[in-house]
Amino acid sequence: MSALLDLHDIHFAWPGHAPVLAGASLRIAAGERVALVGANGCGKSTLLRIALGLLRPAAGQVTAFGRPRRTEADFHEVRRRAGLVFQDPDDQLFCPTVREDVAFGPLNMGKTRAEAVAIVDAVLDRLGLMHLRDRITHHLSGGEKRLVTLAAVLAMDPEVLILDEPTNALDPDNEARLLAILQSLPQAIVLVCHDAGFRARLVGRECHLSGGRISPG
Amino acid sequence: MTFAPAPGLATAAATPVAPPDALLTRLDPRLRVGAALAFALLVAALSSLAALGAALASALALMALSGLAPRATLRRMAAMDGFILIMLILLPFTTPGAPIATLPGGLTASQQGLHLAIDIALTANAVILMLMVLVGTMDPVTLGHALGRLRVPAALVHLMLFTVRYIEVLRAEQARMRQAMKARGFRPRTDLHTLRSLGYLVGMLLVRAFERSERILQAMKCRGFTGHLPLLDDMRLRRADLCFALAFAALLTALAGLELGLVRIA
Repeated sequence: MSALLDLHDIHFAWPGHAPVLAGASLRIAAGERVALVGANGCGKSTLLRIALGLLRPAAGQVTAFGRPRRTEADFHEVRRRAGLVFQDPDDQLFCPTVREDVAFGPLNMGKTRAEAVAIVDAVLDRLGLMHLRDRITHHLSGGEKRLVTLAAVLAMDPEVLILDEPTNALDPDNEARLLAILQSLPQAIVLVCHDAGFRARLVGRECHLSGGRISPG
Repeated sequence: MTFAPAPGLATAAATPVAPPDALLTRLDPRLRVGAALAFALLVAALSSLAALGAALASALALMALSGLAPRATLRRMAAMDGFILIMLILLPFTTPGAPIATLPGGLTASQQGLHLAIDIALTANAVILMLMVLVGTMDPVTLGHALGRLRVPAALVHLMLFTVRYIEVLRAEQARMRQAMKARGFRPRTDLHTLRSLGYLVGMLLVRAFERSERILQAMKCRGFTGHLPLLDDMRLRRADLCFALAFAALLTALAGLELGLVRIA
């Protein structure tokens, strides 16, 4: 089976700092759920951003959906088909209302406003978030913000969902709700999460990132 | 609350940096601010081209002493000239006076206008160069402290210090939001969707900056802030400062003398 995402021998360093990634490789197959584990600052978020072309590696190949991806234009398609949920929901929510924020991705994909609104309603309904539809995004609680960012990414109907510490600052109820939603999704998932219990209930495979390289756990 | 420059700020700002051991950078910051101010006030009052030329020459000479990279510094000075270029070109034609040249279209340039244009060009360049040499070589936090010590209103000093401290935080926040937009397939185009999205981005930045400022104020109040920032560094005038002050005063006096015809360039 061909991999959805295949990061091979990725090297990366921030200017003036020691390398964060030094030959990291990661393969995600269709429908697979994988956790990426490692200490704070070991380069997990960096690796996820490289997979979406938001950062460029110093060396290494990114293959996504069967094709090598090098230029900014190559990654436009990757970003439509792989949905990244950011670590801090506030980075992601920038529109005044929930409805507009969830519609943002579909509109970028070329949907008409009417189609986008229909998608928004469908996704919010599926996640049980219809009551938040017309709320102001920055007045939402932390748990609500997290679920809305997930809805905003699911509205683009990605083939793989990339979650960067989605349980940060969630109370047990919201965490259970998030877990139930994620378990019900057919998408492949790449999960970065420090909570071993959450990982164990969601993913089948764990990869450890340390010293800039990935070893299967 | 102490103010350290945010990491990355020094590298992010494209300021030509003078070597820390250069003669001018070791002077008391208050003296440098005061000298630049006195120079600006005097040069603005000068009108003889000889005095103005001497002022520009002295600024150039100090630049050589300051250890600033001459090319980068002069390029920045030229960037300022771009703003006044149109005015300088138009002045000879718009100022009434003795005609010296007539364009084919019937436009007449006056001698007084030409003099005025040269006066303004020399003044602007001399002052901006002296500012870059004396004040521009200071890091912004030091400048803020120097202004505080010079009894500039605390509100203005705080505004400047907070801007220095948080501009990088805001820039990073903006960059993260742009990444998140990109991750959801956003590409700027010329359409309403792009304008609306960028508008939301700016609006959200303002809302967040406002809320952050309230959180920071609360945190500062929790640590006893009552509107007064204690400045930790003590600035003292040393012998070298005194020598510089005397030399600079002599320079200003010479410029004034040139203007009044008391001094002549041999």
